[in-house]
Amino acid sequence: MRGLDVDYMLGLVPVILGYVPLTIGMALAAMVCALLLACLMAVERVMRVPVLDQFVQLFISFFRGTPLLVQLFLFYYGLPQILPVLSGINGVTAAIIGLTLHFSAYMAESIRAAILGVDRSQLEAAQAVGMTQAQSMRRIILPQAARVAAPTLVNYFIDMIKSTSLAFTLGVTEMMGATQKEAAGSFLYFEAFLVVAVLYWAIVETLSFLQKQLERHLNKATAR
Amino acid sequence: MISMRGLTKRYGTNTVLDGIDLDIAAGERVAIIGPSGTGKSTLLRCLNYLDRPDSGVVRIGDLTVDAATATSAQILALRRRTAFVFQNYALFANKTARDNITEALITVQRKPRAEAEARADAILREIGLSDKSTSYPAALSGGQQQRIGIGRAMALDAALMLLDEPTSALDPEWVGEVLDLMRRVAERRQTMLIVTHEMQFAREIADRIIFMDGGRIVEEGTPAQIFDMPKDIRTANFLRRVR
Repeated sequence: MRGLDVDYMLGLVPVILGYVPLTIGMALAAMVCALLLACLMAVERVMRVPVLDQFVQLFISFFRGTPLLVQLFLFYYGLPQILPVLSGINGVTAAIIGLTLHFSAYMAESIRAAILGVDRSQLEAAQAVGMTQAQSMRRIILPQAARVAAPTLVNYFIDMIKSTSLAFTLGVTEMMGATQKEAAGSFLYFEAFLVVAVLYWAIVETLSFLQKQLERHLNKATAR
Repeated sequence: MISMRGLTKRYGTNTVLDGIDLDIAAGERVAIIGPSGTGKSTLLRCLNYLDRPDSGVVRIGDLTVDAATATSAQILALRRRTAFVFQNYALFANKTARDNITEALITVQRKPRAEAEARADAILREIGLSDKSTSYPAALSGGQQQRIGIGRAMALDAALMLLDEPTSALDPEWVGEVLDLMRRVAERRQTMLIVTHEMQFAREIADRIIFMDGGRIVEEGTPAQIFDMPKDIRTANFLRRVR
């Protein structure tokens, strides 16, 4: 057994840190898109719009039922062969789309459960004062569902950040891709991957801290 | 003038409302009494389409809504002419006491925020909860929550206020304050249709008492007629049981 090359590791930190913005950026973009899509699907699932409901169920079933890596390959390497319009798609865009669709399927189910958890009489009260279905959802039900769903959604975001590492299989040089290249040059695989692991860990821990702050903020309506 | 004709509601083979005909004059206060499960609450809920009636017509002023042809725009218009007080309060849990009252004024009636807040503050004073203005429902007692529920309904200036057993879910200690508030609302000749088990209260505030049984109006009349000289044996039996 050889000793750790600590100097190499310390030198590698700033190199990989340079790719943190891309990793976070991809995750943030995918999170925003996935949240929007998931909210729409969750509201649809609660209202059960005919035809659309079957489509949404199929969508959720497929994207929860297949591995993210398979989905990414399908979009990036497969789809452009069928739809030539997509042949210009770059790895970052493909990864964001893949992460969006994959995670929106999970998030839709969490949000749906959270909506159903809000006391139904409040929806009736909103309708009784003359609010439209959309107003009732947006102003009364969704804010309360958000409080219930927030911890789970932040967990999905954490998972999403880690899943951006799969983008390196689409040729994207993000944190994982950069580490892979560095390691291939130095042959110090253990040191390189240990550094990137610790950096992912630090990002996730930071988020967990923010998660607690967010929950405290959202819970203020129920505090006595 | 408010009227219903042939209002009918079925759940499967069970007919909960069996062709209700009823007229309510502006300013009239009508109380519905009767055994549980006889369609009293369903009648209220069909009036503003929280439950959609299977057939029948509801008319409020110049608005006519026929169950056979009701559009969502008509249903919205109907709801905007009525106010509803729920048995379980149904306050918006994510809004403060004051915002529970301003919510519909701003989003539905499109009043400027300042005007809506001034109205809410006046209502809060009236219902004696000015000091709870910024409290969330979870921090209020049952009685306070129901007073906010009534305040929310008062603020709408609706042609008809529907109250569905407003004191039935309350701990006994809170019933008095809620009855007092409803008495004050009634004194202003707000047109009300109230389902209640508080017989003494109904007798005091109502211009007319309706006794329902089996999804039908069995008997109606002034409080004195119904409580002192009921004509129908079912009314008499019911009153004997609840006394």
